[in-house]
Amino acid sequence: MTRSTVGSLARRLFASQPRQAAAAQAPDAINVEIPVPFQLHLLQEGPARESVTSREELVKMYRDMFRIRRMEITADKLFKSQLVRGFCHLYDGQEAVTIGMEAALTYEDTVITAYRDHATFLGRGGTVHECFAELMGRSTGCARGKGGSMHLYKPSNNFYGGWGIVGTTGPLGAGLAFANKYEKKNNVAMAIYGDGAGNQGQLFEAKNMAGLWDLPLIFLVENNHYGMGTAEWRASKKTTFYDRVSYIPGIKVDGMDAFAVKEATRFAKEHCLSGKGPIVLEADTYRYHGHSMSDPGSTYRTRNEIQGVRQERDPIERIKKLMIKENVMREEEFKAVDKEIKQEVDDAAAKAKDDPNPGEEELFMNIYKNDSGLKTYGCDRNMVRVQLP
Amino acid sequence: MAAAAMAQKVLVPCSSSSSCGKVQFSPSRVHTQAIAFGGELSQSSSRKNKSLALKAVAGETSAPVTAKSGHEILLFDALREGLEEEMARDPTVCVMGEDVGHYGGSYKVTKGLAEKFGDLRVLDTPICENSFTGMGIGAAMTGLRTVVEGMNMGFLLLAYNQISNNAGMLHYTSGGQFKIPVVIRGPGGVGKQLGAEHSQRLESYFQSVPGLQMVACSTPYNAKGLMKAAIRSDNPVILYEHVLLYNLKERIPDEEYVLCLEEAELVRPGKDITILTYSRMRHFVLQAAKTLVERGYDPEIIDIRSLKPFDLFTIGNSIKKTHKVLIVEECMRTGGIGASLRAAIVDNFWDFLDGRPECLSSQDVPTPYAATLEDATVVQPAQIIVKVEQMLQGLI
Repeated sequence: MTRSTVGSLARRLFASQPRQAAAAQAPDAINVEIPVPFQLHLLQEGPARESVTSREELVKMYRDMFRIRRMEITADKLFKSQLVRGFCHLYDGQEAVTIGMEAALTYEDTVITAYRDHATFLGRGGTVHECFAELMGRSTGCARGKGGSMHLYKPSNNFYGGWGIVGTTGPLGAGLAFANKYEKKNNVAMAIYGDGAGNQGQLFEAKNMAGLWDLPLIFLVENNHYGMGTAEWRASKKTTFYDRVSYIPGIKVDGMDAFAVKEATRFAKEHCLSGKGPIVLEADTYRYHGHSMSDPGSTYRTRNEIQGVRQERDPIERIKKLMIKENVMREEEFKAVDKEIKQEVDDAAAKAKDDPNPGEEELFMNIYKNDSGLKTYGCDRNMVRVQLP
Repeated sequence: MAAAAMAQKVLVPCSSSSSCGKVQFSPSRVHTQAIAFGGELSQSSSRKNKSLALKAVAGETSAPVTAKSGHEILLFDALREGLEEEMARDPTVCVMGEDVGHYGGSYKVTKGLAEKFGDLRVLDTPICENSFTGMGIGAAMTGLRTVVEGMNMGFLLLAYNQISNNAGMLHYTSGGQFKIPVVIRGPGGVGKQLGAEHSQRLESYFQSVPGLQMVACSTPYNAKGLMKAAIRSDNPVILYEHVLLYNLKERIPDEEYVLCLEEAELVRPGKDITILTYSRMRHFVLQAAKTLVERGYDPEIIDIRSLKPFDLFTIGNSIKKTHKVLIVEECMRTGGIGASLRAAIVDNFWDFLDGRPECLSSQDVPTPYAATLEDATVVQPAQIIVKVEQMLQGLI
């Protein structure tokens, strides 16, 4: 840090130099400005302040985000009618983080997240029906009903779940990135955690290892400012997460702007794959629901605050306004799309409701992978429950 | 319960397993204990051994003519041989742990491997058990066969969450979509005045976690075979080594062999009493058995090897023969392997028992440093002799 004049300090912390816009824009390319500047840590240059997109991408992003919103609202209703039990952590309000991230990643990149995973599952190519069926504990669920809300997986698209223990995604994500490096794949691993998890020791350990071995790992912090009922300033001495570690660069991004997240993820992916090691992204986002369905979400924050964010920063409204301004879709078309997606989600819920519960033999299946002549017994050991094929 | 009905209810041996079906023996395999105590070669081998030595005669002077084939090896080196063979055979096998690479392993189990396979495949980690175990598990989820070494098993308590929630349960909670072919290994057990924190028996704590397999090695022969089997298994396996057994010497075959993870080892056949043991206690039991045999008793000694799941087939057959069982373990009395094994024996073989299943365990205390106190914490051969005599004389 030799150039410590105020001006250069300000430049480093608060501005991001615009990078070269993507070469050879298609004629129907739409340029989207990213109004909120990126905050940088240990980086001279940040992501571009302008994103290049297209009609197709905009429509897809809107549809995906709206589908997530409808799915979460429907999950809320299902929980209240006791079809979904246990824990149910909803993602509405944070849609831009997952959709923006997926716009810059491929299904060859690996993603791992914590328990607020319904939307991440959808972003990774999961279907609403699989998600609802898993929430309701049916055998058609993505984990055969044995995982539940916090354990959604999609190995075919490199989605590694779905984990209940806070902070555990750090070391596991380091393992995913290690595997990518070991197998010499040109892909990143993305380990997602929240502000509440940000103080876990194992994340610091994972960051040290990732930095030590230059693992292609992106740490994404979905900072919705509340770790269940505890605001971030009550839990953390330092309320930012992108600059926690003095040897890993970080970017703070407006998590309600899907294109900001997209550009930051694109930047981060390039950073990792060029061998510069891991990077931390902090997405400043917000959840409308409480921490989970057993938390009303209003005892530790005011309704005004929630309403305020909904009115001023809602990610879906934002992209809708953009699309109307760019003449991608008209208001009536939006109504039709909304209706179609709402129907799709309701149909998925109805179908999942009718799906069968897992059979009794499922209780003892999948404890071990069948590579030895194991028979699995119930703990009374009197009856063979399952003979592994 | 009729014996026939009983037979259906116990665990059958894994003769169909791909990992151990190919056990190969040269007839000259010399089992050190078999020479000392007479009797046939171990029964577990005879099930699969096609060229069985038909006249294995006991006694110090009688050694089979081809005794010189095979090679003598120390236990830590046998583990290293197994690991090296698997790493050479399968490029997805990699090792990670503290000081496994350049230092060669604190117990020399990974000596020379970093030079041969490189720093990425034999990875020196920082001191962060929780996260490097998690990293090994995350990498295993993608298909790599990671071997995670805990420098002492006691340190892996820091990684309990990773081992229990992430390794043990993932295959189930994902509905079978992910497998975790990780091997977690390291030395544990009571050593020579290492102090309480370095003398723990983690098999007690992990035995309840569903989805894990646990094996304990006790001789160079089974150490190498179990290491190879554990690496080839698609399930998360914890391989328990013992701090004091690393310098045990034995002659093992030159040919490649893989043992069965779920099988127990019949060390000495007998008809008076079944003694179940594992790891270091096996050697104490054998030491006690010398005296017992001199006094005319005929104990059947089984090294259970597979701590989770138990090989109730071998154990059950033995109990049906002898009707008495003594478990000698290093775990503490409360909640140890012995406690679970007693329960399993009572549940399954009650009708075949003449008396309650007995158990000799360590005391429920943190292992003290002072030598005399430490010796009093664990089971000693003298105690085994006394207990067996009491049981066989009908005194208990």
